[in-house]
Formats: sequence, structure tokens, C-alpha cells
Amino acid sequence: MAGIVSYGAYIPYYRLPRSVISKAWGQPGGRGEIAVANYDEDPISMSVAAGMDSLRGIDPKTVDALFLATTTAPYKERQNSTIAATALDLSRETRNADFTNCLRAGTTAMLSALDAANAGSAKSIMVTAADMRLGAPSGDNEQNFGNGAAAFLVGKERVIADIEGSYTISEDMADTWRAHDEVFVRNWEERFGREEGYSKIPIEAAAGVMKQCGLTPKDFAKACFYGSNSRAHRALGKSMGFTPEQIQEPLLDTVGNTGAALPLMILVAALEDAKAGDRLLLCSWGNGCDAIVLKVTDEIEKIRDRRGIKRHLDIKRTLDNYEKLLRWRGTVPMEAAARPAKSPTSMSSLWREHRSALPLYGVKCKKCGTAQLFMDFASTRARVCLECFAKDEFEPYRFATKKGKVASFSHDYLALSQDPPNTLTVVDFDGGGRGSFEMTDRDPEECQVGMEVEMTFRKIFFDKGVHNYFWKCKPARD
Amino acid sequence: MPGSIKDRVAIAGMGCTKFGERWDASADDLLVDAAYQAFEDAGIEPGDVQAAWFGTTSSANTGMGLSQPLRLQYIPITRVENACATASDAFRNACYAVAAGIYDIALAIGVDKLKDTGISGLGGAQPNPSHVLAPESTAPGNFALLATTYFSRYGLSFDEGKHMIGRVSYKSHKNGALCRNAHFQREVPMETILNAPMIAWPLGLYDCCGVSYGSAAAIITTPEIAKKLRKGKEPPVFVKALQISAHPRDGKYNQKYDYTHVESTVRAAQAAYKEAGITKPRQEINMAEVHDCFSITEAVTMEDLGFSPRGKVRDDIENGFFDLDGKLPVQPDGGLKCFGHPIGASGIRMLYEMYKQLQGRADDILNPGMPSRQIKNPKLGLTHNLGGTPDGCMIFVGIVGLEGA
Repeated sequence: MAGIVSYGAYIPYYRLPRSVISKAWGQPGGRGEIAVANYDEDPISMSVAAGMDSLRGIDPKTVDALFLATTTAPYKERQNSTIAATALDLSRETRNADFTNCLRAGTTAMLSALDAANAGSAKSIMVTAADMRLGAPSGDNEQNFGNGAAAFLVGKERVIADIEGSYTISEDMADTWRAHDEVFVRNWEERFGREEGYSKIPIEAAAGVMKQCGLTPKDFAKACFYGSNSRAHRALGKSMGFTPEQIQEPLLDTVGNTGAALPLMILVAALEDAKAGDRLLLCSWGNGCDAIVLKVTDEIEKIRDRRGIKRHLDIKRTLDNYEKLLRWRGTVPMEAAARPAKSPTSMSSLWREHRSALPLYGVKCKKCGTAQLFMDFASTRARVCLECFAKDEFEPYRFATKKGKVASFSHDYLALSQDPPNTLTVVDFDGGGRGSFEMTDRDPEECQVGMEVEMTFRKIFFDKGVHNYFWKCKPARD
Repeated sequence: MPGSIKDRVAIAGMGCTKFGERWDASADDLLVDAAYQAFEDAGIEPGDVQAAWFGTTSSANTGMGLSQPLRLQYIPITRVENACATASDAFRNACYAVAAGIYDIALAIGVDKLKDTGISGLGGAQPNPSHVLAPESTAPGNFALLATTYFSRYGLSFDEGKHMIGRVSYKSHKNGALCRNAHFQREVPMETILNAPMIAWPLGLYDCCGVSYGSAAAIITTPEIAKKLRKGKEPPVFVKALQISAHPRDGKYNQKYDYTHVESTVRAAQAAYKEAGITKPRQEINMAEVHDCFSITEAVTMEDLGFSPRGKVRDDIENGFFDLDGKLPVQPDGGLKCFGHPIGASGIRMLYEMYKQLQGRADDILNPGMPSRQIKNPKLGLTHNLGGTPDGCMIFVGIVGLEGA
């Protein structure tokens, strides 16, 4: 039977203490902090980051499908998962799908991936879940919602956690919703969703799957389930029959409610501490519930090098500036920078280059062995070697996973940026090759010639309906 | 073996407008003013011009951008665009045409009017549909890379490096204050320069040249005609070397590039010195106008041109070697720092300064009441343009001088 083969996660670098938001609106209190995606991140870029974490030591070309789950897909028409799959360097033959519009989309994607693996139509399926929901300024949702992503590989070989059963309930209960042209999530009175939905339906689903597997709550090492507030989350665990020690901490005060990604991120955290033989319960919530029973195998010891949740929690910087977040999310209109207007992004040019640009391929010269990037205004495909001038004698060479060192940088206050100054960086890659990138997730003060950086897939800009993705560098922090 | 332009053509007349934010003037106005100054200086009529090379990056697309305002009648005109080397390349092509014997009298002229766009800094659309591949960057952001790495490589503290490049701008402002054609005509104290707002760290406001409007023109002819035209006046100025070097633009992709120099300047300078028969540029060149788009650009250019030893330009800058009263005055008119940089005109504006100094006429454009800005008995002057970024650029290096120099 199919199970989980690998996991990965991503938590954005910046954390905003809830007290900073409270203070901005003259409200009292605010416990804990939320992880906030930088201005150049979105569910596609975060899926790529988590996906790369899950692919450590695994050839991306062995993946047969990418199922991307989010309620905040950047595109309504254009396959989000295929953009992520291309950046992750998955094969062109992958069967990709976007699972959207429901907080349960992450577990639904995982169940669909398990079905595909069990049916034999795909051997290795990547499931990513990422969300960036927006709460209206000064409301509860704004303080509740955090950003993050999880990724899993699903398959039948080298399984780290077997799937013993699943149980799904679908119910059109609209405790939260958002129409297609709206920015902010809406809620009905919280009590309604909690009392009639969240505190009943997951119990029903959990009981269903336990009955199916012949298990009781005491058979589980950890229960991982969605929660939008800590008290209700604790109460639900208790109602399900779990002791406090069995309930996996739901990240609400360190990351926040990451929507469709939350149950899967909680599962990653549980897997990081799990031992062979541990049984885990996973429950999502949103217009119903998916309940899944997993049993950890001894293969899990082989993939302990993921950044996952734990290491990402430690890689952080406190954002003490709420206005910056408003700017990053486009919540307030800003004075337009006095720079030349961008000409429209060329879709034909993007298409011509995307197989090399999105996965960050350069080339290696077969004659002289020099690794090199080529990034003209509109091309990534070198034809003539910069070292030995051999023509068309290249093999593909991917830079996305290479680390590098800063050869030079500047902090440009004139350039367009939502996080000024724009840190223009020249990166010398380990193993050869150089490229010029923006540096993100950086403190200008920490930049130095020679510092180590890694590559990160980001949204470069949004213009005329087009999200432009490419790679940036960021300080290597582990 | 390439041939040499040395002494095969001469400049019989030049013109240059006031540079600045000429909200009052159109590009056509500036062209007419510069061209007619040059015609008058050379003692010719517009109808004597047999062919023209017209440099502009954004004010016209074809030769008609020149023929229309000047009412030139059916002569051949080539519009030239080669980034910041545009005007110098127009001049170079006009020189070659005369040297080839095809024309007796050619006009090289450049203009740009960059500030009708509503933005500060350099504007203009990208040459290709915009793409995600190039990081967001500006000219100061790109040139600041030189400063970051130069400071790091030669162990200069931020304060030491900042003072070095600040001293470059201090000197240029001092020179520009004397020149009534300059956009900025005032001295700026070191303290102001050092404490100015950052534009692209580590470059502050006074490390950056301005953007302005202006036009400059040259009448190029044979040595014989030039002498005849200038009989009884100051001598013609002879062309000694004209070199262009197109960088392969691989500095951002090739680890070998060190971000502390500009290789195409080195190459163009070596070729120019060979063409002009110069072996010790620091001693033989009497003055220079170089591309000081940013203060750090001028600093490394001094090393690239062989004026200062590698890594040692700081000593020359701080000791006043390049000051107007120093051994090798650089930017005697204030440079791009004080003239601003109408891209299509700057190269010929630089030649205009060399021409005036060589003829002993620098005080023609002296600010009233200021001490003389004339350099004593210069024989050879060098001009240099850098179009692009340090890691990929078009470089022009030209040398002009008096007959026999």
C-alpha cells in the first residue's frame, strides 16, 4: 500500500508578533507571533520551497505528479501546480493538479495522491500545501492567519509512514468563505462553526477511521489536527479522547493558522519527532473533514536532514513594523515609484525560456567544463561558451540547488522594491558559474563580500495580470 | 594589422550648449544651437557639410532627427546609438569617413533630452519585452558593485573608501563651479558629500552624476582644410586615437571578473595608446575627461587608463593629482558630475573641453568673476565613455592633441 515517502516544510523568515498588530489598531494584548511571507512570496513560491525541502537527496525527475493545495492560488486560470513543478525541475510528463477553494484541500490532495499511487497510475506524487489567506485589517483573522507550506512525497517504496485508513465527510457548512472576487476571508459567528461543525464533524470522521482500522485513541502516539484557535483545538482533542500529551502542538502561536497547509504542517512536525511504530492521526477541517491514520516505519530515520518545521522555526527575524506588512500585501495604495513603466511581460518569451529559467538551469561546456549561466534581457539559453567559445557544446547544469558566495552587492534605494533598498547581488556559485540576483530575506547590515547564499524561488513582480517568477538569493542560515 | 587615425583628420570647429535641465529648450533647439556654434567656429556654412553622424539615444530614431531641425538638404546622415559612447561613436565614424577620403567636411553631433519623461534617473523602455530574468537594478545599483568590491579587495574601511570617492566629486564640483556651461556650478564641501543620502549603498547623492539636456557638435575635416579654415585663429585639433571596445557582457556570469576594474576600458586604452604612440600615459597625457557617471567609476578608470597603479588610485585622488592644478587634471570642466549626462551628447561635450583647452580658449566659457580654468600648455587630451555597467559595457577611448604632439 502507498504511504508517505518524504516530507518537507517551509516557514517564511519574517515573524510578526501579534502585539505589533494590536498596537497598530489600539487593541489590547496579542499572544505569540505569526509567520508572514515576504512581499515576493506566495503559495507557488512557498510550495517550491517546501517541495525542495522534501526532495533532499531525491532526483526531481523521479516524481510523476504534483498536487498543489491552496485556497489562495495566484492564478485562477493557469495551472499553479505546473509553475511550481517546472521550478522544482519535475519532468514535463508529470500529471499536475491544483486542489483549491477549501481548507481541506491539503488532505484531499494527499488522499488523491495515495489513490493514484495505489492504482498504479503514478509511482511518486508530490503533494504541496501552502496558503496566504488575508484577514481584513484590525479583525481577528488578520491576527490569526499565518503563512507557510508543507510538502510530501507519496509512493509505495521506501515508505516512512504507511496509511492504514481514511475517512471523509463532506458538508457544506460555511463557517468561513470568500467569493471569487474578494480579498478578505469572511466568517459567520464563530460559535456557530465551532459548536455545530468543528467540535462535531472531525470527531465523527476520527471515530469513523478508528472504527475502520479497529483502533482506539490510546493506540496513537500523536493526533495532528487543524485548529484555528488554541482553546477550541485543545477541547476537540479532549472530546476525541486524547490526552494532552497525545495532541501535536498546532503551531498557532509560532506560525499562525496557515489554512489548507496547517494540518499537513502539523503532521510534518509530528513526523520529525516520530519513531518507527508510532501511529498518527491526521484530521483536516473545512466544509467537512478528512481523517487519516498513519503508521511510521523505520525508514523515517533516513530522512532526518529536512529543514521541516523545527529548523524553519529557528530561522527567523522579527518584523516589528506592521506598515511593512500592509505594503507587502498591497493592502494600502502606495505612491508609485518614479521609474519607467514596465513593458508587458512577453508570454512567448516566458514560454521559450521557462524550461531553463524556472528551474534555474545554466549550462556546462562539454569542451572546457565551465559551468555558466546566461541571462540576457530575454534569454537564458547560451549558445557560445564564455570561456572557450565552443558553439552549442553544452549540457544542462542546474544552479537552483547550488550554494554560492557574494562577489559583490549594493543596496539600491532608487530601484523599484517593496522592501527597499533593493539588494543587487553578484553570486559566485560553488562549483563554478556566476549570476546576478536580488537578495531577499536579508538585513542590509549583514551583507558582506564573501558571505554564503542559497537560491530561493520568488515572485519577482506582478504586472498587468502576470505573476513573474524567478530566483533570488538569500543568506544561507543553517 | 589595424591602421591608425593619428593626424589623418582634424577638428576645425566645435560647439556646445549650456547643459542642464533645459525645460525651455527642445532637442531641436539644442541641436541648432550646438551646430551653428560649430559652423561659426569653423567658419563654414551649413551647406558645406557633406555628411553627418548624429548621436542620440532617445531623441530621434533616424538621421532626419538632425536634417529636419538644421534643414540639411539630402545629405547622408547616420543616426548612431551606442549607449553612453553614442556621441563619441558618431565622432569616430565621421572621422573615418573623412580619413577614407569620401568626404571633406563632416559633422558629428549629439543630443539627448531625457527629462521630459517625468522620472528622475535614466528612463527609456527596455529593448525587449520585459522578462523575469534580470534582477531589478538601476545604474547606481550596478556601479555601486564596483565600490563594494573595490573597498573589500583593497582593505579600505567604509570611511576610507567613502572619502576617496567623495574626494573625486569634490574635485569635479570645484572645477564645475568655474564653467558656465555646466549644469551644476557650485562647489560642494566634503562634509556635505560624505553625509548626503544614500542612493545605492555605498554611493550617496554626490557620488552620482545628474541627468540633463545638452548638445555638442564637431566639424571634422582633413588637416589641410582645417588649417585653411582656422588660418589666423587658434590651431585645429588633431585626432590621435579613436578606440571602441565592446565588452562581451559576461561579467555577471564569469567568476573571473573581479568588480574592481572595467576590462574594456583597459583594452580600449591599450589600443588607443598604441594608435597614438603613447607609452607612459601618466606622464604623456596632459588632461582627461572621463566617464564619471559615478565617483567610483572615475576612480577605477584612473587605474584602467594606466594613470594610477592598480589599487593605488586613492593616493592620487587624495593628493590632488587629478585636480585642476594637479599633474594630470581630470574633468577640468566638472565632468558628468557637473554637466549631467545627456547620453547622446556627452562624448562630444568631453571633446569640446579638450578642444578648448588645447587651443588655450578654456576661459571662453569661464563663469564671470572666477579665476582662470585654463590648463597650462596642454598637448594631449584623452576622453573616455563607458556605456552600460561595469560588468558589460561599450567603452570609447579617444586621444586628441595639437599638431605634432
